[in-house]
Amino acid sequence: MNKNIILAGVGGQGILTIAAIIDLAAMGEGLKVKQAEVHGMSQRGGAVQSHLRISDSEIFSDLIPLGKADLILSVEPMESLRYLPYLSSGGTIVTAIQPFDNIANYPNLDNILNTIKNSGRSILIDAVALAGEAGNLKSSNMVLLGAASPYLGIEKEKIEKSIEQLFSRKGQETIDINLRAFKLGLKASENKPVNI
Amino acid sequence: MNKQLLLGAEAIALGAIDAGISGVYAYPGTPSTEITEFIQNSVVAKKSAIRSTWSANEKTAYEAALGMSYAGKRSLVCMKHVGLNVAADAYINSAITGVNGGLVVVVADDPSMHSSQNEQDSRVYGKFAFIPVIEPSNQQEAYDAVHYAFELSEKTKLPVMLRITTRLSHSRAIVSQGISRPQNELAPETDTKKFILLPANARAGYLRLLDKQTKLASYSEKSVFNRIVDGEGNFGILAFGIAFNYVMEVISEHKLDIPVLKISQYPLPEPIIREFTEKLDQVLIAEEGYPVYEELLRGFFNNKKFTGRLDGTLPRTGELTPDHLAKALGIKMAETKTIPAIVANRPPELCKGCSHRDLYEALNAAISGFEEKHVFSDIGCYTLGALPPFNSINTCVDMGASVTMAKGAADAGLRPAVAVIGDSTFTHSGITGLLDAVNDKSPVTIIISDNGTTAMTGGQDSSGTNKLLDICKGVGVDEKHIKTIVPLKKNMEENIAILKEEFEYEGVSVILACRECVQVAVRKKKADR
Repeated sequence: MNKNIILAGVGGQGILTIAAIIDLAAMGEGLKVKQAEVHGMSQRGGAVQSHLRISDSEIFSDLIPLGKADLILSVEPMESLRYLPYLSSGGTIVTAIQPFDNIANYPNLDNILNTIKNSGRSILIDAVALAGEAGNLKSSNMVLLGAASPYLGIEKEKIEKSIEQLFSRKGQETIDINLRAFKLGLKASENKPVNI
Repeated sequence: MNKQLLLGAEAIALGAIDAGISGVYAYPGTPSTEITEFIQNSVVAKKSAIRSTWSANEKTAYEAALGMSYAGKRSLVCMKHVGLNVAADAYINSAITGVNGGLVVVVADDPSMHSSQNEQDSRVYGKFAFIPVIEPSNQQEAYDAVHYAFELSEKTKLPVMLRITTRLSHSRAIVSQGISRPQNELAPETDTKKFILLPANARAGYLRLLDKQTKLASYSEKSVFNRIVDGEGNFGILAFGIAFNYVMEVISEHKLDIPVLKISQYPLPEPIIREFTEKLDQVLIAEEGYPVYEELLRGFFNNKKFTGRLDGTLPRTGELTPDHLAKALGIKMAETKTIPAIVANRPPELCKGCSHRDLYEALNAAISGFEEKHVFSDIGCYTLGALPPFNSINTCVDMGASVTMAKGAADAGLRPAVAVIGDSTFTHSGITGLLDAVNDKSPVTIIISDNGTTAMTGGQDSSGTNKLLDICKGVGVDEKHIKTIVPLKKNMEENIAILKEEFEYEGVSVILACRECVQVAVRKKKADR
């Protein structure tokens, strides 16, 4: 078992929460984990990424080599493209379709979405709508985690358990919303025609 | 055994708590900040009364750590690489005095300058001070290295440096916790000469330090962090610290059969390196940072047996990656996808609602009427005022330099001479510069953009909060020319007028631009709920 995941987004969008849940689930499975994060200046609204590696054997490098990522999981569409050189030939992109537009020259969104569709196997998720359906717009990260969960190599029940664990201090309502968001994301991903 | 997923920085913090420190001293700086924060938030550390408040700068931090060591207890001092420049006076001399209780200085280098002004390699500072340096390659080693470093410090009676880089500090892995040691009892230094660096004592101390070098190299020779990976052939790799990970990534991925020697402790152990390299025709040297030991091994006469960053086998600058090593080992890279041209850059920016935004807007308006528009700035979130749409500042060099560079430019005749500095940077290294300006009656306008926190590193306490007015008065700035403004849209016209007026004043002015950091405000609100 060996999974390389690039998590992508904009500083402040909370990709590290997604990482924390995958980490917990992987550790629960007795797997080894390495997860490189970006702290510091880029966290102020800049492009941020996290290299997450899970394996049943020793992981040496904290960084994923180019062309070796099985999955790019992005909470922002343009950001999913920034890390394409890392994506393996059979890799998958799972991304939200909502742009985070904090720059003057943000490209045309349709062009971005089309480029993603032409960049390999990709699953585009209306994370905001599904998060709303789940009960809180902030749960859009869990929607995306759900959508990506078939590609993580970890059983979805284990990931759900980790969501419960991570949000345990925030009360049952928060747990329920996030679990709902996860399930909605998973369903959307399973039902969606995958662009190959 | 207790297993946790920890950042390298957190592994070091946990290691220090378990190694029986009585205090940690630090000024925030990426990528070192999380070490001290972990200790501040640790229940165990609180229970054992480990002292962990932020220091005003790295020099005060280092000296306080040395004082704790003098008193017989173990102390940890942490900083980013450029912080060691600030602490260098104390650091270098502490190698000559030596220590009493164990003292470990963690220095986090930032190759590729993710959040820094240079990529200096602290291992050079290790050589410079003649002290042992440990360079762990992963999170578990980072945890273990702290225990080891404190033992080494108390055995050699020297400060010991733990050198890490951004990648290790900010990457998580599973760490197994070891045993905990109790703190030392109070046992102040009994040698009455050791810490008095009068020339006669300092000369003796320096000789003592040089006498220890052979012993230190023998400790490096036997270091538990060295590792030999067997392999065939007459080509081998000498890998230092985290570079070992990238070497092993490529070797295991591509099933290469190459001998590797990993070294994680300095001064460089000669016998083991001689034995390893002697039987090889070609040796690749992989080190994260400057080609410090490549330079040493190639020598002045450029021994071509050794390759690395100096001959272009690896990039001369920046952080190493597994891809750099793959290329150096002749692996043909499979074709990878490229970044589509449509992808735009997304640089960091000042937060929406940030007080620096309103300050820069007022500053741009106020200075627009002057022929010379130069603003000396400093290190912090407000450095982002260099980017569009503000383009407000002309310099950012080192902590506190805005004040003194403005003074020097004013001395040269530049008007207005304006500095923008944050509250935390001002107390770190700006106060003494302000005193220079006051004593010289320099026509400068020093704007302290006071958001009440050390914002760029994540909102740590700022040592000057609620004290800035008194500090400026105490330094001797004329009270009539200390103006407090609140950078808000509604005050824009008034703030512009105040700035303009002070730009015209032929003496020292201080503008205190005070409004809470929006990130801290949000966090407080969450905590209250």
